[in-house]
Amino acid sequence: MKFAIQVNEGPYQHQAADSAYQFTKAALEKGHEIFRVFFYHDGVNNATKLTTPPQDDRNIVNRWSELAAQYDLDLVVCVAAAQRRGIVDEGEAKRNGKDAENIAPGFRISGLGQLVEAGIQAERLVVFGD
Amino acid sequence: MSILHTVNKSPYEKNSLDSCLSLASEGSALLLIEDGIYAALKGAAKEPQMKEAAQKMKLYVLGPDLKARGMAEDRVIEGIEVVDYAGFVDLAATHDKVNAWL
Repeated sequence: MKFAIQVNEGPYQHQAADSAYQFTKAALEKGHEIFRVFFYHDGVNNATKLTTPPQDDRNIVNRWSELAAQYDLDLVVCVAAAQRRGIVDEGEAKRNGKDAENIAPGFRISGLGQLVEAGIQAERLVVFGD
Repeated sequence: MSILHTVNKSPYEKNSLDSCLSLASEGSALLLIEDGIYAALKGAAKEPQMKEAAQKMKLYVLGPDLKARGMAEDRVIEGIEVVDYAGFVDLAATHDKVNAWL
């Protein structure tokens, strides 16, 4: 079955970021397809490669990147939410005159249309948030 | 149309469980996740309401979230089934929609 996942909360802030990851991983391991994971609101903070959690803690950002590499996942970050919170890729840095980018591997920045499309294309949309 | 409802708030903190139970139709399912698991505990104030809800819908609780909060499975009200993440995925797949009561 084709699933789409929406994540509304940031890492280390609310369990939603962990729950979404565990659900996504379990679905993939059962052979389901994840059409897209869409990061919205504070959920965009899952996509910064500048996080350095303690070594004995889970690395939520790397965990997403690794899952994306393993299963060729489409991890999409909402552009408007990202701009507000300083989640930047090369294109956004150029467009907004920033001197750095911080988007983690496997993530891409795009618009809300990607969430709408995921809702249409996937058979189930599962939302994780506060 | 069967819907899987998810509730992730403790019923002793927020009223999302009450909202869900009052609006969920007969034959739908409820999965308690994150702090929502506190609604599944035996001997707590919500037990009568959960037992009543079990008459009209299937009730589930996420095992890993019970464990994360130090709650053993034998503390779960009879009639509420404990599932893992794979079980969560199965429930999402076997129902027509998934509705998160955030």
